[in-house]
Amino acid sequence: MRYLLQAVIIAAVTFAAEIIKYFVPLPVPASIYGLLLLFALLKSGILKLEQIEDVGNLLLELMPLLLVPASVSVLTALDTIQRMLLPVLVMGFLGTIAVMAVTGLLSQWMIRRKGEKSHE
Amino acid sequence: MSDLFASSAFFGLLLSAGSFELARAVNRRMGREVCSPLLFATLLCCAVLLLSGTDYEIYYESGGKMLEYLLTPATICLAIPLYRQFALMRKHAGAVLAGCLAGVAAHMAGCAAMLVLFRMEGPEYITLLPKSITTAIGKGLSQELGGYPAITMVTIMLTGLFGAVAAPALLRLFRITEPMAQGLAIGASSHAAGTSRAVELGDIQGAASSLAIVVTGLLTVAAAPLFAKLGG
Repeated sequence: MRYLLQAVIIAAVTFAAEIIKYFVPLPVPASIYGLLLLFALLKSGILKLEQIEDVGNLLLELMPLLLVPASVSVLTALDTIQRMLLPVLVMGFLGTIAVMAVTGLLSQWMIRRKGEKSHE
Repeated sequence: MSDLFASSAFFGLLLSAGSFELARAVNRRMGREVCSPLLFATLLCCAVLLLSGTDYEIYYESGGKMLEYLLTPATICLAIPLYRQFALMRKHAGAVLAGCLAGVAAHMAGCAAMLVLFRMEGPEYITLLPKSITTAIGKGLSQELGGYPAITMVTIMLTGLFGAVAAPALLRLFRITEPMAQGLAIGASSHAAGTSRAVELGDIQGAASSLAIVVTGLLTVAAAPLFAKLGG
């Protein structure tokens, strides 16, 4: 029954996230409030990793499957995607290359600079 | 056949999970990931629905919504890898934050360029904003801001597949050799799909990549509403 307790804890965090979402008028999905809340609970030691780890890891592993219905829903938006196919393709390829280069080069520069300093 | 499917309460669940498992079985057989289970399952589900003339609604009501129901708690559990990698984050806090922030800025600038270049409409432009982040957060964000979540999903998947395939060559091209920077670059640009490739490059790359997913996701959630105003 330890899985049930873990599921109850995760459901409670999810419910708390929905309550926060209800009161905070920002365009932020409830899952983000929940993510930050769960992180704070773990970090402060109120929750131990073992108390949610099994069910949590199961949910994380299942995540790609949980996304299948949302991506199949593209069937309901076929006319819209035809209209914006070009920007989608440009961002999908060129945008990805740009982000990879910018993030990689800047963080590499910062890590190396820090490394040189600590060698001095 | 569509009537038969409509009378079942499990059709959508079986179709989704079955096609997903089929892709995983192929990958196990080949000894490496030859097809993304999410992409394969999406294509197979779409094909079955189109060929049998079944409405998306029938699929959604008979299992699709059950899977989607678990997505919020699953996304919340991304706090677990974040918690595990906090030590790594702390050691390189500056590089992680600056790198991911610059990546998000580059992405938002790209979206703004698309808005002008293709004279996109507001909702279409908003659809692109969550492109680089993990599908779970991206779908919710697109919904919140008033984009087309389904198209955001397709764009995110395209990004992930391309990132996963091209990452090693691109990292060589840009001479990004620091393991930590390699991981951050992959995670910030191509989320979980890219991370599956980062894990193959090494442990540090894998950890840095999954860290970048969460950090980039959070930064995008913070920045996207501001950039969404450009399209309004």
